[in-house]
Amino acid sequence: MTAHSFALPLVLFSAFCRLVGIAAPWFVPKGPNRGVIITMLVTTAVCCYLFWLIAILAQANPLFGPQLKNETIWYVRFLWE
Amino acid sequence: MGSLFRSEEVCLAQLFLQSASAYSCISELGERGLLEFRDLNPKVSPFQRRFVGEVRRCEEMEKTFTFLQQELRAAGRLPAPCPESPRAPAAREALRVQEQSEQLAQELREVSRSRSSLRDRLRDLRQHLHVLREGQRFTSLPVGPGVPAGLGREPILDPSLHHHLDRKINFVAGVIHPWRVTAFERLLWRACRGYLVASFVEMPEPMEDPATGESITWVIFLISYWGEQIGQKIRKISNCFHCQVYGYPESEASRTEAITRLHGQIQELSTLEETEKYLAEVLDKVAQVLPTWRVQVQKMKAIYLVLNQCSFDVTKKCLIAEVWCPVRDLTQVQDALRQGSVSGSCFVQRVPTTESPPTLIRTNKFTAGFQSIVDAYGVASYQEVNPAPYAIITFPFIFAIMFGDVGHGLLMFLFALWMVLYEDSPRLRQGTNEIWLTFFEGRYLILLMGAFSIYTGFIYNECFSKATAIFPSAWSVATMANHSSWSSAYLATHPSLTLDPNVTGVFQGPYPFGIDPIWSLATNHLNFLNSFKMKMSVVLGIVHMGFGVMLGVFNHVHFQQRHRLVLEFLPEMIFLLALFGYLVFLIFYKWIKFSAADSRVAPSILIHFIDMFLFTSNAENLPLYPGQVPVQMVLVVLALASVPVLLLGTPLYQWCRQRAPRTVRPRAHDFAEIFMHQAIHTIEYCLGCVSNTASYLRLWALSLAHAQLSEVLWSMVMRNGFVGLSYVGGVVLVPVFAAFAVLTVAILLVMEGLSAFLHALRLHWVEFQNKFYVGAGYKLCPFAFAPDTWE
Repeated sequence: MTAHSFALPLVLFSAFCRLVGIAAPWFVPKGPNRGVIITMLVTTAVCCYLFWLIAILAQANPLFGPQLKNETIWYVRFLWE
Repeated sequence: MGSLFRSEEVCLAQLFLQSASAYSCISELGERGLLEFRDLNPKVSPFQRRFVGEVRRCEEMEKTFTFLQQELRAAGRLPAPCPESPRAPAAREALRVQEQSEQLAQELREVSRSRSSLRDRLRDLRQHLHVLREGQRFTSLPVGPGVPAGLGREPILDPSLHHHLDRKINFVAGVIHPWRVTAFERLLWRACRGYLVASFVEMPEPMEDPATGESITWVIFLISYWGEQIGQKIRKISNCFHCQVYGYPESEASRTEAITRLHGQIQELSTLEETEKYLAEVLDKVAQVLPTWRVQVQKMKAIYLVLNQCSFDVTKKCLIAEVWCPVRDLTQVQDALRQGSVSGSCFVQRVPTTESPPTLIRTNKFTAGFQSIVDAYGVASYQEVNPAPYAIITFPFIFAIMFGDVGHGLLMFLFALWMVLYEDSPRLRQGTNEIWLTFFEGRYLILLMGAFSIYTGFIYNECFSKATAIFPSAWSVATMANHSSWSSAYLATHPSLTLDPNVTGVFQGPYPFGIDPIWSLATNHLNFLNSFKMKMSVVLGIVHMGFGVMLGVFNHVHFQQRHRLVLEFLPEMIFLLALFGYLVFLIFYKWIKFSAADSRVAPSILIHFIDMFLFTSNAENLPLYPGQVPVQMVLVVLALASVPVLLLGTPLYQWCRQRAPRTVRPRAHDFAEIFMHQAIHTIEYCLGCVSNTASYLRLWALSLAHAQLSEVLWSMVMRNGFVGLSYVGGVVLVPVFAAFAVLTVAILLVMEGLSAFLHALRLHWVEFQNKFYVGAGYKLCPFAFAPDTWE
């Protein structure tokens, strides 16, 4: 329905994850739990980014399209678009 | 990073305690809970140890306390828990506690005894009174209209009326248990053959049964009989039936006199009230001091048990204790010893040792849950890398991959949030249900699991199995319909049609966050999702395992075994990356390079991977990139070459070192052991790489199961509520939703949650940890007075 660019979400989400994983650790207050919190932030950023990247890359170049029932096609065609 | 990264340094130390101040020093150390004491007298039986007398004294005091506690409980009072924990008493104070407790116990026993005897007597008198009073009804002359209607018949048993009879009427009166009445009556008739008249009436008020203590309405019986032998029989039968028999005077006057006499005796028993009051006072006193005493004596006993473990040095007249002490706490230990000893003569001294110290990892309430799931598999060996800080995030993340659903994740998150916000409420903390306590202990774990499930739910685009279109879908049905001229007539004859991404404008770019919502409407959505989830599982698995291998670097560096970096870490990484890192590369390459235009000839990664190992090629499977075959050959050769390095590298290195002159020479059979160990490690690693990669496919399997279950629940339960469009349909929706909610919580949250939890745990314990973790240590259990064991 709508054109989505590939580059824009990539740049935005990568920037966000870099913010969480690289920039935020500098701002963690000093205390006994500093190391644990930094580990948590970096691990979260890496895991979430990787998961999102796999999801978007798997859809970037689809080899086949969705197979829809005729009712669905009629509904989407005439009522949504 | 603090001590969560690896366990703290723990040293062996010796404490030198003067005999006089040993007790107070140990008491001080116990209050702080820093050290683990080692038993220096392992071969001595408990009866031969030094302080066995004191331990026995403590146990006797505990016996007295148990008796006092039972008395308190019997009187219906609950002892209040001790407000602050008192310190262990010194010897003089302990003696005073012992004397006082014994005195109280003695008093309590005496008072209870006198009270129970008074109560027995009172009961006896009252029963007698009732018997006489009730018996009056049968034997007295009718006194006019005051006679109760139920007894309308003539009192035929009045002896004065029957004076003309030759025989004398005698009476047996008493009380019998109500259940035995019919049997008693029947036996009397059979035995005495009608030469008696027996009447039974219930006592007006229930009384306590002396044997069982429950209150029963007794039955009073009055038997009038002729003849002495009958009388003896009746008395014997009453004896058999455990009846309480009382004397029944014949004349009216003597009966009334007996009644007044009994009344007087009952009045005299007013001392019973005073006894009860005194008993209550004693119980109050006991309830006040008992909790403190219990805590004190328990601490005292613990201290003596620890003192029993020390060895006595005759020459210096001091006790020597061997302890495991965290190095960070040595100054605190010195402080404690200085406080405990009178002249500051006790001190602590570090002792070198070759034994492996226990593991100590300090956790707070947040990290404790994660550390415990790591420890459940095996406590970390001394100073090896601890997987817990990474598991804080990777465990909930892997759980969430298998559980991904926004709605279910939100429910889980809210449940855990409630537990976390109210974690200080005593009602939550003091639950006795074990299952509830397990959930409560893991509240932070569940919180993170819920949070990550919400994230993966957004990526999978599933909220209670429905997709949400946060961004508009990228697939254009209209373009496809226009291109293939799908008119309404055409649609009517074709039940399902496929959108072709080759047509321009049908596919307009990847959905920016997650899976496109069009796939939830498609009938072939599993084709796409299966491929996506399988590849995702393999990629995440290989990344997780690679991370595990890299954590081993920290171990090699810390234990001064840098040769293992080259001889173990490098071949392991080469093996993993050359084979499975290449697989990840193939997956990403195919995603990026191949699109719908060449979908007919798109190569199969699986076939390529298999062919890579077998050094064959398939003509129908086109290469992904030019020069693929030689690249793959090089990689396989590299991987195979790293296996003998892994197998023989470390043993040969150690054997070479042994040949050089050194002080410590490992014996020959040690070398065989090293070699065997390394062989096992190599086989386990190489075969494990293959099988563990496949094992990560459970991420795909469980997320598929979860998605299918929630879809079934929606389409077969909830949708039926929306079918009826009338007002009745609205009412029907309520029970349908109730069923949907109950099944969601029971099946999808509890059952699937537990299942995903278990599989995530297994992936961590086996697939991740066997790349670097040994887990053969033991925990440091410091000697401390735990406050929650007083019950």
